[in-house]
Amino acid sequence: MATITVQRPKLAWHEKWFISPFIKGMKLTLAHAIKNLFLLIGRKEKTTMEYPEQKWDSHLPDYYRGAPALVTDEHGRERCVSCQLCEFICPPKAIKIIPGEIPSDDPWAKVEKRPKEFDIDMIRCIYCGMCEEVCPEQAIFLRKDYAITGTSRAEMLHDKKRLYEIGGKRVGLVNKWNELK
Amino acid sequence: MDALFASIDLFFLAISAVKIVLLVFAVILPMVAYSVYAERRFSAIIQDRVGPNRTGIPLTLFGFKKDIQILGIGGLLQPMADGLKFILKEDFTPGHVNKFYYWLAPCLTMVPALLTCAVMPFGSELDLNWFGIAQPIKSVIADLNVGPLYMFAISSLGVYGIVLAGWSSNSKYPFLGGVRSSSQMISYEISLGLSIIPVLMIFGELNLSKMSAYQDANGWLLVPLWGDSAPWSNGWHFGRWLLWIPVCISFVIFTISMFAETNRTPFDLAECETELVAGYHTEYSSMKFALFFLGEYAAMIIGSGLAVTLFLGGWSIPFAPLLSKLTGLQFHFVPGATPLYTGLLHIATFFAKVFGCILFFIWVRWTLPRFRFDQLMALGWKVFFELALVNVILTAGILIWCPLK
Repeated sequence: MATITVQRPKLAWHEKWFISPFIKGMKLTLAHAIKNLFLLIGRKEKTTMEYPEQKWDSHLPDYYRGAPALVTDEHGRERCVSCQLCEFICPPKAIKIIPGEIPSDDPWAKVEKRPKEFDIDMIRCIYCGMCEEVCPEQAIFLRKDYAITGTSRAEMLHDKKRLYEIGGKRVGLVNKWNELK
Repeated sequence: MDALFASIDLFFLAISAVKIVLLVFAVILPMVAYSVYAERRFSAIIQDRVGPNRTGIPLTLFGFKKDIQILGIGGLLQPMADGLKFILKEDFTPGHVNKFYYWLAPCLTMVPALLTCAVMPFGSELDLNWFGIAQPIKSVIADLNVGPLYMFAISSLGVYGIVLAGWSSNSKYPFLGGVRSSSQMISYEISLGLSIIPVLMIFGELNLSKMSAYQDANGWLLVPLWGDSAPWSNGWHFGRWLLWIPVCISFVIFTISMFAETNRTPFDLAECETELVAGYHTEYSSMKFALFFLGEYAAMIIGSGLAVTLFLGGWSIPFAPLLSKLTGLQFHFVPGATPLYTGLLHIATFFAKVFGCILFFIWVRWTLPRFRFDQLMALGWKVFFELALVNVILTAGILIWCPLK
């Protein structure tokens, strides 16, 4: 078996006895301490962001994955056709859809289905974005809301109304249902 | 019986009780709590973090714009929050432990640390003439003539707390921590004791208050720059400056041994998280754990106090005689004739020095990595033990050939 001779650095006596490394280390830590103490006292721009007062919202990238939400199109139509693909793909099983039929006298009768109920359990949601990826209708999107809090489990369950509230309107995506086109 | 009652000095007892209560409950315990806070903040700024900065008196609830801060450093009530947390946590006693020793161990860690502060001279004298007390009151609880010996005797009891905790927990990690800690503390007690022998030889004294008074008049052991120790004021006699060499060696040995005695990094092998979970207090929770934690810090404060008293002049203000000459105020200690403001200043000086020492402890902790156990033992037995012995002989030689006045 080949032997590998490890080259150990040759240490001077003061390095062996931890004297000069100790002084070097103490200098380094003190320099950091003094720099940060002045930052702390001087209230200058710190590396750390003080969360509730300072937020990172304006720096969030476009691909940021926050709370999932449903969107409507330019006519106010629910984009979701309750195909339940998102429900099936959702890894933590956070989505629950009860599909409903669109009555024949509705102007959007040809879409045939829309969700009767659409619940996302935000305690379960892991913000993976698979629902957004799988949606053929581009009806569900991950928004930039990240501070989803509640005082009870019921409050953390986002129902259809809440989801549309968060999602709002998105125009110019899938247009296959649009008669004007 | 009457003679017995007559022999009891009620005034002395009352003053001692006041001193004990004030020193232990109003100074040492808050200091312990705040040294934990200082540790957290200091480690934070060393590591470019912010640290606990939120807990304060919630003035914002009453419409103020900000909570109380000192120079923008908030979180000053963090120790109270920590204490409250410890009290409210479940005090769990595992089923497999030896109950009696398991309960005894935390007390045995905390109590010796607090007992040792009895002989610590935290100030010179308080002249309370204004309040109708004729005799100046010594700022030390018990002015023993065997101060350092008492201190070593009591503080070495602290090892029992750790050993018992490790042993009674009846599980692997605490056991290993306890065994390590006992061997470490017993080894380093030798070098700790030997390292102060040169100091005691120089003072010719075992009374901590008198040591402080001597250093106040004649220059600190590590700073021999005024009084009898300075060649320009003692007829060009360089004995004290020559003694500076053994004193420095003593100081280095004493400080490093103190780190080992108090189980602080780089010698915190008794509780090193990476190997032993939490060492001897792995099985402890709630207030029992807090007692270990506070005991460690109390030991640190007392150790710093001893180092300050022996080497850094105790309560004495640097260059006190010179300052007195320059300003016309009295900054140095004169037995029985020290004004009240000087007495208070001495107390402040002592605690400032102790605080500086604690900051040094913290600073070292967040700089150095932990040593290996064999390195620790080799350092204690093969280096410090011999060095301290040689140092004793060196001091004796200097004292013979270059006697002090």
